[in-house]
Amino acid sequence: MPVTCREEERRLTAAVAGELDHHGARSVMEELDRRIDAARPRELTLDLGGLTFTDSSGIAVLLRTHRRMGQVQGAMRVVNAPVQAMRVFRAAGLERIIRFE
Amino acid sequence: MKIDNQVTLEFPSRSANESFARTAAACFAAQLDPTLEEVNDIKTAVSEAVTNAIVHAYPDELGKILVKLRIREGRVLEIAVKDWGVGIADVDQARAPLFTTGSEERSGMGFTIMESFMDTLKVRSVPGKGTTVTMARKIARRAGR
Repeated sequence: MPVTCREEERRLTAAVAGELDHHGARSVMEELDRRIDAARPRELTLDLGGLTFTDSSGIAVLLRTHRRMGQVQGAMRVVNAPVQAMRVFRAAGLERIIRFE
Repeated sequence: MKIDNQVTLEFPSRSANESFARTAAACFAAQLDPTLEEVNDIKTAVSEAVTNAIVHAYPDELGKILVKLRIREGRVLEIAVKDWGVGIADVDQARAPLFTTGSEERSGMGFTIMESFMDTLKVRSVPGKGTTVTMARKIARRAGR
């Protein structure tokens, strides 16, 4: 489950690509945790443009990352979420908690 | 009840099989000529049901999971996911949004996703014996086909 990161002046962009299910969720969470701990970003942009599938494991990853960013007092936004992922996130009411652009 | 076609998959509760099961279900559903959205909804619901069996039914060992895919009369795709694991003591509680006994990578939204993406969802479980989740979705006939 590849996570590609870019950092610029305490703005972290993390791109998650491929299929994000229970099988790969833990490694994605751990990688995002590591990057957030190292960068302490003011803002995290999670780019889901390369995500080909997700289920409720994606909900868990987003909620956990959102909580983590709250702990380091940073903001988080999700960009380029594909239609399939967005249907899953909406079913859980995530757009009331997380900023999607 | 007339069955037009069916296939049964059997595999051990390894998490690598989550992807296999949902892809196989999508391939089987293809004969009903579903829209991309219908295929995605079916894949997502199967992923949730199979992940539940892998994570919760067999917490300490590998066990057998059966996925039965059927096409019923009236273009209804029926999917049953069966395990012989620990079972669910309180099914209503398990189906409630955000309820989970899993670790942090579980959101407790699995049943909520299955319910919103499928037309019907039935859960039969006996503690110590296992669980069967049966869900169905009618695939509409598309104009011009």
